[in-house]
Amino acid sequence: MYKYDAYDKTIVAERVAQFRDQTQRYLEGKLTDAEFLPLRLQNGLYVQRFAPMLRVAIPYGMVSATQIRKLAEISRRYDKGYVHFSTRQNVQYNWPKLERVPDILAELATDEMHAIQTSGNCIRNTTTDQFAGVAADELVDPRPYCEIIRQWSTFHPEFAYLPRKFKIAINGAKQDRAAVQVHDIGLHVEQNSHGELGFRVLVGGGLGRTPMIGTEICSFLPEQHLLTYLEAILRVYNRYGRRDNKYKARIKILVKALGAEAFRAKVDAEWQHLKDGPQTLTEAEIKRISQHFSSPDYIDLPAKSALLQQHLQQDPNFRHWYQRNVTGHKVPGYAIVTLSLKATAQAPGDATDKQLEAAADLAEQYSFGEIRVSHQQNLVLADVQQDHLYTLWQEALKFGFATPNIGLLTDVICCPGGDFCALANAKSLPIAEAIQRRFDDLDYLHDIGNLDLNISGCMNACGHHHVGHIGILGVDKKGEEFYQVQLGGSAYNDASLGKILGPSFARDVMPDVITSIIDVYLKHRTPEELFIDTYRRIGIQPFKDRVYASNN
Amino acid sequence: MPVIIKNQTVISDTYTFYATYTEGDVLAKHSIIPVDDFLANPSLLEQHPGTIGVWLDSHHEPEALSPYLHQLAVIAVNFPSFTDGRGYSIARIIRERLGYQGELRAIGEVLHDQLFYLKRCGFDAFKLQAEKDPEEALRGFNDFSVSYQAATDHPQPLFRHRLH
Ligand code: HEM
Ligand code: SF4
Repeated sequence: MYKYDAYDKTIVAERVAQFRDQTQRYLEGKLTDAEFLPLRLQNGLYVQRFAPMLRVAIPYGMVSATQIRKLAEISRRYDKGYVHFSTRQNVQYNWPKLERVPDILAELATDEMHAIQTSGNCIRNTTTDQFAGVAADELVDPRPYCEIIRQWSTFHPEFAYLPRKFKIAINGAKQDRAAVQVHDIGLHVEQNSHGELGFRVLVGGGLGRTPMIGTEICSFLPEQHLLTYLEAILRVYNRYGRRDNKYKARIKILVKALGAEAFRAKVDAEWQHLKDGPQTLTEAEIKRISQHFSSPDYIDLPAKSALLQQHLQQDPNFRHWYQRNVTGHKVPGYAIVTLSLKATAQAPGDATDKQLEAAADLAEQYSFGEIRVSHQQNLVLADVQQDHLYTLWQEALKFGFATPNIGLLTDVICCPGGDFCALANAKSLPIAEAIQRRFDDLDYLHDIGNLDLNISGCMNACGHHHVGHIGILGVDKKGEEFYQVQLGGSAYNDASLGKILGPSFARDVMPDVITSIIDVYLKHRTPEELFIDTYRRIGIQPFKDRVYASNN
Repeated sequence: MPVIIKNQTVISDTYTFYATYTEGDVLAKHSIIPVDDFLANPSLLEQHPGTIGVWLDSHHEPEALSPYLHQLAVIAVNFPSFTDGRGYSIARIIRERLGYQGELRAIGEVLHDQLFYLKRCGFDAFKLQAEKDPEEALRGFNDFSVSYQAATDHPQPLFRHRLH
């Protein structure tokens, strides 16, 4: 994991001092609300429905046990004893006091954390595959590039006042687990036929009001050119992105307006000036950063643990959990464990201070003291010996992290919605809970198989509803909360945007609506089909017919 | 007397700002006129050698100025709103691509908390909003003692000059 050096520490400490001074000037009336707004946003501080909300960065989802303990302690001292993990691998506090935020930032800095650029119209936290570095299907570990981008984008003087927020995601495995096609810039790390590393570059993806899948503008960008090329894209966006209408200000609108070819030509023209300039990466720099992500001290183990096999045979509950929450590891004898933050009645992605501390203990005991946050709002222990899985599972059960539902219908991605967010049209958390309650039969859930259910409380799409296999969107109908359903989205290699099923529904029928949709799938599926496959084969009509016949 | 910040000190502003200019208008000794009006009357350079400057708005393309750059006494870039970040790119292009060495002045909504970034992008003169205290704003230049990325003020990124 990346460790700060003296430079990083200086920069973060100076940021704390800067924000303390800005907050002070705001409280003294020397900064207006409008002037303070982007300053606080660029420190992750929103003012929400009931209280400010503070978003703390977890760069590309990597966090140490020590840092997790610090997050827990802060939640107790400055908040209400819980946190919310977001779909952008960050963590949010829902109840901090504005005057105390500088103190929170100072506390975070002591353990190499910050809230820099977690909001605002700037380059945000770069996100990646939660299994980076350990996935069996990985081609290249994307994390060194994430860190290189983190450093380059941190306080980039030219790009702090972009037309709108800017999100970059990188994936280095065969399976896209970072949703790169729905980011402002999506990067696939690849190796060409000469063994050189580089990136396939997509631009103009995004969710929100006008969801779009990104377009490729470069099929292979050699790694040393990463930063100059990003700089060229950002400069074109900064100069020509729309600023007259905040809903048309994302890069996707510019790419669409110019056309991908013309956009690429502009980027290339700009890049000619920057290419091979000082920002070109050196081998030494890539090596220096990569060293932070070298493998931990794995021990030699047999590929298959006999102990594990024995427990799998003896304990069906353990077997259920193993099937859903454990993923194959690239190193023999190891496994990747996902700790589910999707227990029924727990807001998806929420964790209490006790859970955070338990996760830190588990990480230290079983997984080299490191944790990852997934964009599906779960926690990951990436390096667990197969021999330890059974005891780890028993521990995880005690703290409510062992719900065996990863990738299933109840592993809901959900935004905070109307319970917390001032922009919401409707609540989202009660919908998630009602559906989780309806689908509480594990055998049934496992039989349904992989299914992404994503819920957003408004069209800003923080809950990724466009790319859920089933997406739910909160809408406002004459002051009442209604829910629109979309089918057929996907955030993976086969990325697609969901199609609207039809008129929206009242809250209390939502579990029935989902049940009807599942029934159609179960009726039509072939033995090898997942929900999305059946949907793609039979189309939306059978779902429509059934849902509106039974729920009108 | 109006003031500006130049090279991180507060000095008086000797330039007169013209929101518009029409051919034949009588200009003050030191004047800053709109870029389009200047481009329509480039002979002004001979009439006011070394004392005329231009200002660009955030949608302007600085490239058009390149034939005249070295004769302009000042180039000002307007920030119609401090959240309009186009001026940062304009400044870097003027300095790094076009090679302009003279005074590059940020005007419009220029605030304490933007000074560090503005300086990094090549501005060396700053006209703050009239009601803001320029002496207090000077602190803004020192918010950070080190930066990761290359920009106009430090053309080498940290990774090319780090000590360890
Ligand atoms: C509660 C305070 C929040 C506010 C005010 C907020 C606001 C917004 C807004 C306005 C957008 C739309 C941007 C656009 O279309 O240009 C957006 C998008 C998004 N937000 Fe949030 N959000 C909040 C919380 C969250 C949370 C908790 C998550 C994660 C669970 C999240 C993740 C995202 C994502 C993934 C997007 C879509 C990215 C895209 O448009 O490409 N946000 N948010
Ligand atoms: S999707 Fe809407 S309701 Fe949900 S967090 Fe985002 S802005 Fe708020």
